[in-house]
Amino acid sequence: MSTDISQFLDVFYEESFEGLDIMEAGLLDMPAGPVEGELINSIFRAAHSIKGGGGTFGLTDVSDFTHVMETLLDEMRAGDREMTGEANEILLQSVDCLREMLTAKQQGGEVDEARIGALAQSLESLLGSPGGSATSDDAPESKQDEKASNSGWVIKFAPHKQMLENGKDPVPILRELAKLGKCEVNVDTSAMPDLYTLEPESCYLSWDVTVEGDIDKEQVTELFEWVEDECDLRIEPLALNFSESATQTTDQKDATPAATPSAISAPATAMAAKKPTAAKAKESGSIRVSIDKIDTLINTIGELVITQSMLSQIGEDFEMEQLEQLTDGLAQLARNTRELQEGVLGIRMLPISFAFNRFPRMVHDTSNKLGKKVELIMSGQETEVDKTVMEKIGDPLVHLVRNSIDHGVEAPDVRKAAGKPETGTVELSASHRGGNIIIEIKDDGAGINKEKLLNKAISNGLIKSENELSEEEVLNLVFHAGLSTAEEISDVSGRGVGMDVVRSNIRDLGGTVDVTSEPGKGSIFTIRLPLTLAILDGQTIAVGDETYIIPLVSIVESIQVHPDMLNLVAGKGETFKLRDEYLSIIRLHQIFGVDSVNCKDLTSGILVVVEGEGGRYGLFVDELRGQQQVVIKSLEANYRKVDGISGATILGDGSVALILDLPGLIRLANRSVEVPGVHQQNVA
Amino acid sequence: MSNASELNLESGQVDEDMMQNPGNQYLTFTLANEGYGVNILRVEEIRGLDNWTRIPNSPPFVRGVVNIRGAIVPVIDLRERFELGGCEYSNDAVIIVLRGETNLGSRALGIVADAVSDVHDAERAAFGVTPEFGSGVNTEFISGLATVDGRMVMLLDVERILNHKDVCGADEKAAA
Repeated sequence: MSTDISQFLDVFYEESFEGLDIMEAGLLDMPAGPVEGELINSIFRAAHSIKGGGGTFGLTDVSDFTHVMETLLDEMRAGDREMTGEANEILLQSVDCLREMLTAKQQGGEVDEARIGALAQSLESLLGSPGGSATSDDAPESKQDEKASNSGWVIKFAPHKQMLENGKDPVPILRELAKLGKCEVNVDTSAMPDLYTLEPESCYLSWDVTVEGDIDKEQVTELFEWVEDECDLRIEPLALNFSESATQTTDQKDATPAATPSAISAPATAMAAKKPTAAKAKESGSIRVSIDKIDTLINTIGELVITQSMLSQIGEDFEMEQLEQLTDGLAQLARNTRELQEGVLGIRMLPISFAFNRFPRMVHDTSNKLGKKVELIMSGQETEVDKTVMEKIGDPLVHLVRNSIDHGVEAPDVRKAAGKPETGTVELSASHRGGNIIIEIKDDGAGINKEKLLNKAISNGLIKSENELSEEEVLNLVFHAGLSTAEEISDVSGRGVGMDVVRSNIRDLGGTVDVTSEPGKGSIFTIRLPLTLAILDGQTIAVGDETYIIPLVSIVESIQVHPDMLNLVAGKGETFKLRDEYLSIIRLHQIFGVDSVNCKDLTSGILVVVEGEGGRYGLFVDELRGQQQVVIKSLEANYRKVDGISGATILGDGSVALILDLPGLIRLANRSVEVPGVHQQNVA
Repeated sequence: MSNASELNLESGQVDEDMMQNPGNQYLTFTLANEGYGVNILRVEEIRGLDNWTRIPNSPPFVRGVVNIRGAIVPVIDLRERFELGGCEYSNDAVIIVLRGETNLGSRALGIVADAVSDVHDAERAAFGVTPEFGSGVNTEFISGLATVDGRMVMLLDVERILNHKDVCGADEKAAA
């Protein structure tokens, strides 16, 4: 097989990770006791394809490791073994381990070989333990494969009828078999129908093959790997050796666990050494799109083509009476374009279940560790969100859910004392509201202790004791670095770092996070995110002869100031009074060093009141232009991050306009002119 | 001669190209009356002088960004970089769009040239490496010198320009 299969490697990794997710979800859902039904089948199938793929791509340690898992799962599937808590835990750990191995392969990192070895060993010992009646028949066979040297094999190979239709040819397999040793092939034609009923594309033949020679079973099974789902295959040692190999079994069982770790570690180190970090830069990523979405797109393109030909027909010899047709055509073009835009953006949209899937496992682990009983209820998993948003929201969500379990939900005895059911619930829900996606994390725990939070904030010097804060403001203190209400620091949470990171991550995505809480009843964290990062509603503004775009969501209002609204703080910091608030002014032309400024006088330009970094500011610009949807382009693709700029877009005339990053801009402004009062504002 | 081969080893990618393309073609252009050359394989396109959009608070030699078929590409003026002075752009001025590999993947960059001259098979043997001038002369972007029609042409090291921290910001990330 000299075809270059490495090009499919990425697909293999992607599918394997999906398979691992399926296995994990399945294992978590699986009750102890006898197993049956679709659940175990789906877990088994996932393991099976990882093994197969691993073998194909030469990732022997992966396929060896999965093989043991697969054997175990197969026994459970066949009803020969029951699922125990122990087995479930080990299988879950094996899933993690496989994920690590695959990640290490993909990115060229290191794997924890000792752990793999230990896990493989516990899997083996599980297999070795009497799990059911048929175990002992099954296990030896899989064990002895590895090494048992034989004088040969008897292979009964009966392809299913449709094997040829699927493009698989038995002949090369037989030819390869013949290369292994002295080979005798008998064809069984008994299934052959008469000529009238014979379908030329079906396979009616089966073969009995005897191969003699010192051959590993592996070599034989490898040949049949491609077709094993589509044939009945029986591989037995040559009759005269059978009894001998059966007695070998017991020794084998002891020998294998010791052998496996080293077998795994050797290729792993080789791989790790071979590719250091090269793969990292090349991470392009791919996305799976449903056929429906593609079909819709193709339809839209079809309509677009029709509209285009109609318009070009009108344009060929245009007369004034065709004007109406032309405007109709243009309207249609506008509609097509909009549909196309929506369709293309839809491709990047994935159901949020991709981000939610990890939570059942996480809740399971975390609550076990903390000795709490927690039930996770998820809803709205089908809500779609942009892939980039999804990737970045994962970590903040993990943090919030973990917090809910650690700080929110009480220990079972405390809950009982409070008259609540012992098992606490954490609800994770997602929904669309307007152009936003709302994610809620709700627990029925103790709620946030506002007193404690306030005292802590005062003792930390974050706020002054005489400051009157509204309930909302107090609750929002949880997002401050260095504040934690947990009395003891656990290894799950309580260090007071994290919540501020959560908030800043969400802000980076252009979203917000709010919290409400009721003592004794629980807390709700609400995350609001834009649906997509690829397009935003922007306000075009002009400064001198430069054009910038302000994201519309950040704009509160735009005003023209009167001279009597303006004040100076400490002779430098410019502020203006908007109703009851004093806001500091950021002169965009100053910060961006625009030379040709038309408006130096604050009263001649426009103050755009913007929100960001926890406060409001007046952004001074020359004039407002139009509002439009803009497609966000990365500046970093060919250049680098620029302070105060979040990206760029291309205007109708083909020129580039930069999009302002208001939090960044505000930081930039605060750095250049330390405006007094700003810090105070941040805290409140 | 040995110098030349040493240099080839260092510049990696370029070296491969030269193996396949022994002619080793260079696009030459002028900048403030000096001759420069870039490996033709690094040139993506040559376009007229667009109106670029200035990037606030960027180093002066980064003139701005332009839209090249939907991608935002920075344009730099080597004249500023080499402190050659004078920034009047003539009618012949063009942007040469270069593309090369960096630590962060393939990237594009536009450089302003006063005029494009020609494509030459440059013999790099004459000098091979840039002579040392001390700190007064900035040679960090120059990979070697060549002679074309009796004139000296400075060969630009595209990879080094692209990897410069003011262009790709990589150094800052590494430091942080």
